[in-house]
Amino acid sequence: MAEVKLMKGNEALAEAAIRAGMQAYFGYPITPQSEVIEYLAAQEPKHDYVLIQAESELAAVNMLYGSGGAGARVMTTTSSPGFSLMQEGVSYMACAEIPCVMVNVVRGGPGLGTVQPSQGDYFQAVKGGGHGDYHVIVLGPNSVQEMVDHIYLAFELADKYRAPTLILADGAIGQMMEKVILPAPIKYEPDKPWATTGKTPDRERNILTSLYIQSEDMEQRNLKLQAKYKVILKNEIRYEEYEIEDAEYIIVAYGLCSRIAKNVVNRARDEGLKLGLFRPISLWPYPWDRIGEIADADRVKFFISVEMNAGQMVEDVKLAVCGKKPVFFFGRLGGIVPTPEETYEAIKEKIG
Amino acid sequence: MKEGYELVYKRPSTLTDRRMSYCPGCFHSTIHKFMMEIVEEMDIQDKTVGVCPVGCSVFAYNYLDIDMQEAAHGRAAAVATGIKRVLPDRIVFSYQGDGDLAAIGTAETLHACNRGENFTFIFINNGIYGMTGGQMAPTTLDGQITSTCPYGRDVETAGMPMKMAEIISSFEKVSYVERVSCNTPANARKAKRAIRKAFEYQMEGMGTTFIEVAANCPSNWKLTPEESLKWLEEKVYPYYPLGVFRDVKKLKKEE
Ligand SMILES: Cc1ncc(C[n+]2csc(CCOP(=O)(O)OP(=O)(O)O)c2C)c(N)n1
Repeated sequence: MAEVKLMKGNEALAEAAIRAGMQAYFGYPITPQSEVIEYLAAQEPKHDYVLIQAESELAAVNMLYGSGGAGARVMTTTSSPGFSLMQEGVSYMACAEIPCVMVNVVRGGPGLGTVQPSQGDYFQAVKGGGHGDYHVIVLGPNSVQEMVDHIYLAFELADKYRAPTLILADGAIGQMMEKVILPAPIKYEPDKPWATTGKTPDRERNILTSLYIQSEDMEQRNLKLQAKYKVILKNEIRYEEYEIEDAEYIIVAYGLCSRIAKNVVNRARDEGLKLGLFRPISLWPYPWDRIGEIADADRVKFFISVEMNAGQMVEDVKLAVCGKKPVFFFGRLGGIVPTPEETYEAIKEKIG
Repeated sequence: MKEGYELVYKRPSTLTDRRMSYCPGCFHSTIHKFMMEIVEEMDIQDKTVGVCPVGCSVFAYNYLDIDMQEAAHGRAAAVATGIKRVLPDRIVFSYQGDGDLAAIGTAETLHACNRGENFTFIFINNGIYGMTGGQMAPTTLDGQITSTCPYGRDVETAGMPMKMAEIISSFEKVSYVERVSCNTPANARKAKRAIRKAFEYQMEGMGTTFIEVAANCPSNWKLTPEESLKWLEEKVYPYYPLGVFRDVKKLKKEE
């Protein structure tokens, strides 16, 4: 049965994972997402998922590999330094096509950085943080409700494409409390004939590997992955548009910044300024084509990417706009959330 | 079977009919055969899942006709943990070299043992990095020459060769630890018995089982297979003695 609750983002995410049929969780404590493992530990007696506080994120991601490869619906959560440590495993899982859900509740970096919210891991998430030619599917929630909805979606996408799927949530989304509708629990029935569950006489042995020592084989493996990414690019682009139809100036923002941007759009509209917001929800695949279409409209004068980093997603906006219109950037660093006031000022300055 | 003939030896049905990539005389192939004979004898092919990480045995899944996962270098214990926890009624093993288990993967190894993860480690200790061409391992003997200690291992700077069976046997939730070898038919039979025992303990849910194989590496030791056996007897067993280091069933009886 669905339920309405007031919940913290991290706890809502944990509850959603249970309801979405998660069978195993592996993690290592790190602020600002330790509430996930704490919540799951508290709820464990009522459910039958596996829960391990691993000795490191490196171990956690490899437990994810093993259990995901054994056919279970599996998840890990971490924050920036922990996700860096996991990158080796992410690359291996991408190549071996192991479905799993990972959540990075991003804090400010580089290095140990700060525990305050950031979007500094955008490059790592969408351009491939580990080695080799691969992508993970990346979703960028902007509310506690989306933390919940994206968990269901991420499990589905991971299974559908046999691909590691990442929820990239800036720290604030994990920490804030909001009203949320929790969907009814589902009974998950795995249907994974490729999983290593023990070779029965009716089939060949199942092997999960990322090793293709002959270049020709490795190229074929890569082509298979690339073909899959093409399908994902076609089917799984998600975005939200707000006051775009007549907008002359367009903010592009995801996660928490999109909430701030919406506020700025409302203020601008009150003052008669035609500002709009484009919010990518899937960060990989990125809605390049749709942004490109918007850039084609004569009325559109410029784009400005608002981020909590030194300017990362702005590169994708530039790729999408492809020189058709100017693309600007405004952001704050080090765990500082830009205020609507300073964001609005930055936009007005560009308008001149 | 031709009339008048008696079958005395065959490849187990659980071993694929494929030429192995291992060097002549290497114990990897012997241990592969033992494991698959055991799987056949115990009739557990449909319940067995193996993990082979990076090292000479990374291709083990080409030879073992069972479901397998290849793991990143050093991560086999974590991968095996993941498999076993979601499939607790399967027989799960990791098959690891000394670089894998005792250098890059030490943390995963020790913590899996500390938690008493109910799978079996098959640990091939050949005292060297075989796959990458003969560099020093954490288990390389004092004074032993490798490509990264060309003047012999200097224990002053490289530390002492690590005795993993001894270390692992100190974990309370580990149920069985034995160091075996395959230098003689008698020792080879013991090695097979040890692996079978480990699988049986695992099936009884007794906790981690750990079989260390004091193994050879003729190619990188730059010895003939026969000379490598002599080296084992003269240099390796005195430092890495064969035998049972922990057996909770015996411990319980003694109590
Ligand atoms: C992260 C990482 N570092 C280094 C390597 C290179 N590498 C492959 S196998 C190996 C050593 C293997 O030695 P061991 O585990 O003793 O197994 P053996 O080959 O002797 O059977 C190394 C260093 C790698 N594959 N991955």
